Amino acid sequence: MASEREDTTDTGSSASDVMAPDTSPAPHQENDSAAQIAAYLKSQEDKDLLRFLTCGSVDDGKSTLIGRLLYDCQLLFEDQLAALNNDSGRYGTQGPDELDLALLVDGLAAEREQGITIDVAYRFFTTDKRKFVVADTPGHEQYTRNMVTGASTTDLAVLLVDARKGVLTQTRRHSYLVSLLGIRQVVLAVNKMDLVDWDQSTFESIAAEYRTFAGRLGIEHVTCIPVSALKGDNISQSSTHMPWYDGPTLLEYLEQVKVGQDVTDRPFRMAVQWVNRPNLDFRGFSGTIASGTVKRGDEIVVLPSAKTTTVKRIVTMDGELDRAFAGQAVTLVLDEEIDISRGDVIAAAEHRPGVADQFSVHVVWMSEQALLPERSYLVHTGSSFVGGRVTRIKHTVNVNTLEALAASHLELNDVAIGDLHLDRPVPFDPYAENPQMGSFILVDRMTNATVGAGMIDFALRRSTNVHWHATKVDKRVRAAAKGQAPCVLWFTGLSGAGKSVVSDLVEQRLNAMGKHTMLLDGDNVRHGLNRDLGFTDEDRVENIRRVSEVSKLMVDAGLIVLVSFISPFRSERQMARDMLDDGEFLEIFVDTPLEVCEARDPKGLYKRARAGEIPNFTGIGSPYEPPENPELRLEAGEREAEQLAKDVVDMLAQRGVI
Amino acid sequence: MTALTAERLTHLERLEAESIHIMREVAAQFRNPVMMYSIGKDSSVMLHLALKAFYPSKPPFPLLHVDTTWKFREMVEFRDRRARELGLDLIVHINEEGVRQGVGPFTHGSAVHTDVMKTQSLKQALDKYGFDAAFGGARRDEEKSRAKERVFSFRTATHRWDPKNQRPELWNLYNGRIGKGESIRVFPLSNWTELDIWQYIYLNDIPVVPLYFAKKRPVVERDGTLIMVDDERMPLEPGETPEYRQVRFRTLGCYPLTGAIESDATTLPEVILEMLLAKTSERQGRVIDQDQAASMEAKKQEGYF
Repeated sequence: MASEREDTTDTGSSASDVMAPDTSPAPHQENDSAAQIAAYLKSQEDKDLLRFLTCGSVDDGKSTLIGRLLYDCQLLFEDQLAALNNDSGRYGTQGPDELDLALLVDGLAAEREQGITIDVAYRFFTTDKRKFVVADTPGHEQYTRNMVTGASTTDLAVLLVDARKGVLTQTRRHSYLVSLLGIRQVVLAVNKMDLVDWDQSTFESIAAEYRTFAGRLGIEHVTCIPVSALKGDNISQSSTHMPWYDGPTLLEYLEQVKVGQDVTDRPFRMAVQWVNRPNLDFRGFSGTIASGTVKRGDEIVVLPSAKTTTVKRIVTMDGELDRAFAGQAVTLVLDEEIDISRGDVIAAAEHRPGVADQFSVHVVWMSEQALLPERSYLVHTGSSFVGGRVTRIKHTVNVNTLEALAASHLELNDVAIGDLHLDRPVPFDPYAENPQMGSFILVDRMTNATVGAGMIDFALRRSTNVHWHATKVDKRVRAAAKGQAPCVLWFTGLSGAGKSVVSDLVEQRLNAMGKHTMLLDGDNVRHGLNRDLGFTDEDRVENIRRVSEVSKLMVDAGLIVLVSFISPFRSERQMARDMLDDGEFLEIFVDTPLEVCEARDPKGLYKRARAGEIPNFTGIGSPYEPPENPELRLEAGEREAEQLAKDVVDMLAQRGVI
Repeated sequence: MTALTAERLTHLERLEAESIHIMREVAAQFRNPVMMYSIGKDSSVMLHLALKAFYPSKPPFPLLHVDTTWKFREMVEFRDRRARELGLDLIVHINEEGVRQGVGPFTHGSAVHTDVMKTQSLKQALDKYGFDAAFGGARRDEEKSRAKERVFSFRTATHRWDPKNQRPELWNLYNGRIGKGESIRVFPLSNWTELDIWQYIYLNDIPVVPLYFAKKRPVVERDGTLIMVDDERMPLEPGETPEYRQVRFRTLGCYPLTGAIESDATTLPEVILEMLLAKTSERQGRVIDQDQAASMEAKKQEGYF
């Protein structure tokens, strides 16, 4: 390793191994240079890539460790060092004369000012054996989501502990999260050995304690290395201070460790990302192979349709391949024309993934806005976006103690086990067997933010075993007998907006026309079906879910259903919309200004809410989210209820409902 | 690239596959994506990857070049030739309002010029065509604030980036969902380094602008930076005369803002060798980054790529 220190190059020791030790460009030796560089580039072709995560708290010296790795690998160019010298005077914590290696890696201005790492930063360095991508993640508990994010793309984790403090709560937390994300290799770097006089027994007792703990979490491979990131001991060079340690340095270990070999050995899976159709003669399915290998002539199955055929060609711009394996981005042409679209999975016919719509999952919640059971989110898995709900939270996990705790909702950084129900079945493998086939993110339907991430543990039941009972008399037949198109008229608006009055008038008119209707009114339903629900956010979501399900059954019965509910949240109205077929959900926004509703106050509720007697009252203590694109908006503050009802009936006529 | 016999990808193969995966996600998730084409080496690699990602189809999006009107002439020639050869749809956008006001680096300084002719112009173009996703060739190894940016990087309807409120990005699952007027900047080369770029160009024989190779070019030295006199718009100081020196460029932009380095590297292997031995990182040649430590972060928040 000593030769690495001799020249300042982009590639650590490799350049010096191949090229003359003299670091000055040698223009007069052009032919030599060309030959050298060709040889060098050839040697670089074989290098592979290791992605690893570093975790530990600010005080453990994590940023210093990465800075040391970069520094030792001589990735630091002269001007970066010059800039560093400048910055150290302003923000450095190591005194004016010593370089603060941590400043190399703490990127954002806010972080430099606060002296902490708040996001995931990616760093790159390379040696002659490997290229490395480091995900540098923050240590504090409030950044659990950042650590999980960093861990999701890495092969290995380097966990730092301070030799003076040993295994702490946060070490256990980081280990749990690492095991949760399925990382099987952990390096425990016992740092600041210089501050414990390079003491062997200190190191050994920390290592022993940690191995016991990691074993309980099921982490397969643990390697413990005593280091001093600040002084550079056992990072890239063996420490002269610790002759009792005869294991590899951190860098040696990272260069040699074998990771990620198993995905290639698993059965073939590829999610179709994009259908490649340049002309009528070519139809290919593009995607990245998630696991296994595929050969020309292999029998494959397309899921969820379960149609089978064989692979005819494996197309790339660099020529056709006979076989391709995990990690490669390819385009498959199949023997038979079968209907395949984005979101489908092509898999080995003899080793099929499951297809299901209900799962037991681990969820990590990443949003300030709580996860509510039964609220509908978009679930992105493989190449699909599907509507879905966490229907039940079994429990959350205290990431510090691993205790199971009961929870009615999930808050930022909560880790939980629960049930996930999707709107339609998707192909999957359990995360532990195949991370790409068992991972998902949750996306908020309104803000489009990524609010959570999760891992499939197992399917609660195989969708293939659940058959809808097909009946001869269906929705269409029932509706035809009634001479109408079934639909839901969803009246939403503030309390006192006039929803009940208008919907009542609409129903009277429809009945006068001989139409078959049913009215579901918020207050009335709460007396019966939803008697057990209160007015917390969780209960409001469940309230709407039940009403949506009931409406759907009534639409199946061929009825025109009038639903008159405040239904303050867009997500839940969207959920109701998604349950029905296109054109069946007609959102009617009874748009009455809050002042008007409050002045009317037919039930005296606003007065009580203002007095603080009713918490969570919509418009006062709890928000109302107005519809963005309702089918009909009624300006209900100024116009007569009879006129408004006529508008609704006119809309129904226009849409061909009546 | 062909795979090794052992079923393991080399680091360039892994990077290539990752970039292709990202590009296909964009093609599938967005209605109207565009690829920013800045003509430099990173753009050349990005374009090559796009050709691979959709082969045998052509990339299902146009290229967009935001032309500040101060690019090297050789860059513009190269741009037009490549688009023609590949039969791709190329949009060139110029901030005409800036041109009318005569904004340029010599008259208004680098900060105003970059803001008006580059950042504002880019926003104009994105608004004009209603692009909902824009590929950029930025790499995380270029600069500290870039190291934290997501691959799918969300922008508000006014094109702002909020570094403290980025969407978590896990596994290979990219969230391209946006509201009206919002957009995503996509960085498929996030995990590449400068060395990876050059190695890939070398291995795949990708054409790059000749300015990367050393040649006698007319330059003047200003504040220790060699500036090429690319056309007659460059005002010379009293007593300043351009001299021909053997120079090349490590990075390309507006010619008055791009420093040349003296070099004898006339071939790709020589350029790579020189880079391996270089003692300064590539962005040093860019005058705009040197204003303040956090200048890139500030510019990115405003909508700069």
